Amino acid sequence: MSEFVIELLITLSKISVVLAVLLTGVAYSVYAERRVSAFIQNRYGPNRVGPQGLLQPLVDVIKLLLKEDIVPASANKFIHSLAPVISIIVSLSTFAVIPFGDTITIGDRVIKLQIADVNIGVLYFLAMTSLGVYGVTLSGWSSNNKYSLLGGLRSSAQMISYELSMGLAIIAIILMNGSLQLDVMVNNQAGWKWNIFLQPVGFIIFLVSAFAETNRTPFDLPEAEQELVGGYHTEYSSMKFALFFLAEYANVIISSAMITTIYLGGWQFPYLQDFGLPPMLVSIIQILTFVTKVVALVFFFIWVRWTIPRFRYDQLMNLGWKIMLPLGIANLVVTAIVLMLLK
Amino acid sequence: MKFDLETVLFISLSVLSVVSAIYMITRKNPINSALFLILNFFTVSGLYLLLKAQFIAIIQVLVYMGAIMVLFIFVIMLLNLQFQKKKLESYSYKSLTSILLAIMLFGILGYTVYFGFEGKFKGMSDKALEIGTAEKLGAELFTNYSFPFELASFLLLAAIVGAIVLAKKKFE
Repeated sequence: MSEFVIELLITLSKISVVLAVLLTGVAYSVYAERRVSAFIQNRYGPNRVGPQGLLQPLVDVIKLLLKEDIVPASANKFIHSLAPVISIIVSLSTFAVIPFGDTITIGDRVIKLQIADVNIGVLYFLAMTSLGVYGVTLSGWSSNNKYSLLGGLRSSAQMISYELSMGLAIIAIILMNGSLQLDVMVNNQAGWKWNIFLQPVGFIIFLVSAFAETNRTPFDLPEAEQELVGGYHTEYSSMKFALFFLAEYANVIISSAMITTIYLGGWQFPYLQDFGLPPMLVSIIQILTFVTKVVALVFFFIWVRWTIPRFRYDQLMNLGWKIMLPLGIANLVVTAIVLMLLK
Repeated sequence: MKFDLETVLFISLSVLSVVSAIYMITRKNPINSALFLILNFFTVSGLYLLLKAQFIAIIQVLVYMGAIMVLFIFVIMLLNLQFQKKKLESYSYKSLTSILLAIMLFGILGYTVYFGFEGKFKGMSDKALEIGTAEKLGAELFTNYSFPFELASFLLLAAIVGAIVLAKKKFE
């Protein structure tokens, strides 16, 4: 086999493993959401299928697949089918740049645990989140339903507004690292030099923006069921609805992975190299560290959803434009000045 | 011509970009036109990637696909533009100009293709390969081209202030 074919096979296997883990993670975060919300509201939640209801996601998927797929008569059929596909492709492909471990050595080949180590790294993440707006907007428009349209428009306005403060928080991190590459950022956070301690304001801005970008409570206005029936996916059923659902939870996981990578040290386990463990074990511990951090953040997302009530629309816009954006700019300026002084 | 992955990608991306551009100007529904324009931007971004200009490729996605086209679609949805019923009117003077412009465009294209095959445009130099990265582009913008860069930023600032003044009905 030539070198090219081997590289191709390695990349393809990395992609399939990541996709499999991600989709399983999505299914189980839905389950976790239902169980945690039940716990918070003093109920049981799904506990019938399998031990502790652990097979519930499987049953849910089968149910969604077997449902009838309805397209509204006056909908734009092509765009109506296209919108959920855009949503899921955009959210899944975002994971390509996230490093989920350092390197792993199999035989004499060193494999980087990241699908695509590109020079533009974090910009790719921003670009993909900005494309996520299309799925929501187009689904809202093509359904030919006023609630869907309102949900779609709200969502686009919200995502565009919070993208800016998210970008500003990231620029401060880029300034500190002098690179757009995510693995450089992770390497610079060795030990306890996590960016959350160096950039606490940036972390808060990024976290809040991530909640807004993923349309989660307290920013779930696009699907505020009391006002909009169900928002942009009101007219969707069966697997098309499931794709939106998948995309939402995939976005939660990917935002958590991104927060982990940028602010919580990624796969870094403090002082792991001092223990003198065999390299294979070190790689596995690093991957598990990454997964643990991501799972903790996903739990945090769920926890917040069932604790904080929804914002009003004007409050949301005020928070985005009058608090988060100036705070982001101030954070950026202060970071730049401090870096200049330290130089 | 050798058939490696890059050639295959180049040919498919260029065909897709030309086809999407033609579809963009011939669709009657403005939303479909906008979607084909987005597809066109995407293929152009892929072509930038083939030229190793990663930064420009991602900025193409981020700015054109992720920001400008979202606004376009916003406007089309909010104004609820209907299907373009009227065909192009007044063929007389418009067609003359468009024929002239088309001849000029194909002249430039033909010139590039013809002289390109003559061997004037050889593969990329090392400098061209590294110019596409964010580091090199940033260094150039802030040293050699700092004046035009600042000028452009002033222009944008003026545009932002103008937009706010236009949008705000009256100042308290």
